[in-house]
Amino acid sequence: MQYTNRLEPFFENLEFERDDNHMIINFGPQHPSSHGQLRLIMELDGEQVVKATPDIGYLHRGMEKMGENMIYNEFLPTTDRMDYIASSSNNYAFALSVERLLDVEVPRRAQVIRTIMLELNRIASHLFWLATHALDVGAMSVFLYAFREREYILDLIEDYCGARLTHSAIRIGGVPLDIPDGWMNDLDKFLKKLPSDIADYEALLDQNRIWKMRLEDVGIVSQEMARTWGTSGIMLRGSGINYDIRKEEPYELYSELDFDIPVSHTNDSYGRYKLYMEEMRQSIRIMEQLIPMYDDTDRAIMADAPQYISAPKEQIMTQNYSLMQHFVLVTQGMRPPVGEAYVPTESPKGELAFYLNSQGDPYPYRMKIRAPSFFHTGILQDLLPGYYIADVVTIIGTTNIVFGEVDR
Amino acid sequence: MMMREYKDKQNVQAKSYYNDRYWVAPRVPTFEPSSDENFNSDLESLKEKFTVNEAYIQLGHLVLYINPEDNRQVLQYLYEELGYGRLMELSAMDWLAKSGEFEVFYEMLNIDKAKRIRVKCFIKEDQAIESVQDIFRLANFAEREMYDMLGVKVNNHPFMKRILMPDDWHGHPLRKTYPLQGDEAASWYEVDKIFGKEARDIIGPEIRDSAAIDRYDTERFARLGYEVKFGEEFSTEKTEQPYQEEEGVFLVKKLHKDDTKTITDRDR
Repeated sequence: MQYTNRLEPFFENLEFERDDNHMIINFGPQHPSSHGQLRLIMELDGEQVVKATPDIGYLHRGMEKMGENMIYNEFLPTTDRMDYIASSSNNYAFALSVERLLDVEVPRRAQVIRTIMLELNRIASHLFWLATHALDVGAMSVFLYAFREREYILDLIEDYCGARLTHSAIRIGGVPLDIPDGWMNDLDKFLKKLPSDIADYEALLDQNRIWKMRLEDVGIVSQEMARTWGTSGIMLRGSGINYDIRKEEPYELYSELDFDIPVSHTNDSYGRYKLYMEEMRQSIRIMEQLIPMYDDTDRAIMADAPQYISAPKEQIMTQNYSLMQHFVLVTQGMRPPVGEAYVPTESPKGELAFYLNSQGDPYPYRMKIRAPSFFHTGILQDLLPGYYIADVVTIIGTTNIVFGEVDR
Repeated sequence: MMMREYKDKQNVQAKSYYNDRYWVAPRVPTFEPSSDENFNSDLESLKEKFTVNEAYIQLGHLVLYINPEDNRQVLQYLYEELGYGRLMELSAMDWLAKSGEFEVFYEMLNIDKAKRIRVKCFIKEDQAIESVQDIFRLANFAEREMYDMLGVKVNNHPFMKRILMPDDWHGHPLRKTYPLQGDEAASWYEVDKIFGKEARDIIGPEIRDSAAIDRYDTERFARLGYEVKFGEEFSTEKTEQPYQEEEGVFLVKKLHKDDTKTITDRDR
């Protein structure tokens, strides 16, 4: 008997398993929808995902090691490169951790500026998320609109600190610069404009058939899954759990501000999309309250703690002892007290915290960066199986992971 | 005669070049667990079941030291009985030079009360710790990272592979003994691999100084020292920019290079 010659088909990047019909494919690491260098090894049964294994590390730069070998102020600009969509929130999380160790009090004007920066970054991050996510799912025009508004925010931030992407605008002990003249008016103008833009996005997407079909009931994160994966930010509130660190463990001025925490009970991607929209509105509300607060503050923008933080420039230029202290702080670095700090902050992506272990040296003994995106990448292992391959892009988008933060 | 201070020679981390011998580092204040009602009752109930070697409150966190064998049971108890349902972070610290141990910490969160507990334990270098990834799936990633970065061994993890570093990597980067730079061979690695050893002279070694700028390399970088005004043609003429600030700086006089005076008379 003669057998027909059954040639093994060969496809690049594909591997067929012999016994079953399962196919293993690589998603990424150079896929435009992976929002960075994510390699996802997926086992497919037809078009359904059976198993997903995220493979990360393509952007690993050893930030924790760098942090342990730099003095505290030296490391701060490096934190910009973590969540590069909203760099100030990283600067802030790091600065706050060190400030808690030092036990310094940040002047009120600096607090106002920092809170404004944090909220501006939150809107920028959410707009970026909306733009890229909509693009992934197929809504091209939203991408253009959302990037236009994001540009206004980048311009505002550029006017304030000179940088658009890597701000380093929040320092240990305060902020380096005061608000320039007329900046608050520009901010106010932008805040007046943004709500109508958000309404535009919603008009484009909310009832859009394709958008709803691709997002509704896709990527359901149950409460149990949210618990066991320690999700935070919108991934947590999208599962019907009302927990926002700004409200529950308030830092900066959030305890004085009036804002709501939107929660979605649908657990799916569409619910999370609605949360992003609502959070932007709340950020606008927060900043509108912050603008009048600025006028009632003193001129100081850096904490007065000569042992740890350099004096203002005028003082350094006129007083010998301040100059000496400045010299020591720049060349040797500050030496925080012996102890540990883990201060959670609500970054646009979720709970961002720096675990710092100080042994009284100018270098931290151990720095562990708790990045929300890292665990939101891990959750893909449990989240993806059962969904179809077309939903994978939606689900990666909805987790809002940024690879600077995942790989550190 | 004065004794030399003992220095751990294996520790290659950056060190402060100057230390005051008599300086005693201040400490972040710690408080008794009894000063917080919630933490106190949690601790009392935990103490009935498990050994708690040390407990204190620091910066709003209750810090507990437990025995490493109890880690699963303690975390499970914290979750099921005391409401600390979330493990937010887990990692370790390298104390190998000091005591031959790793310090593993678990950050727990109770979202109903907004309270955080840090559970800690010490394990020896070769001692493995039990995985908690079936109670908290987050540990699936976090334990892999802990192994990858520090070489802490974890038992019963379903997929214990390196996560951030390549699979074939040697060593664990976050150990204090891990070198901060590659050796001579490493600096030629890419040249040898891509172009072959012959190209060493042409290409030169890898530049390790991340801040190095060749100011005469006008092809790839800003024309430092040869800047021109916006829109103008590039020129080879050197630009000189004296220090200037618009209204001058208090007590600082502007230096005019052409208008200087050399003092010859030393007694003046």
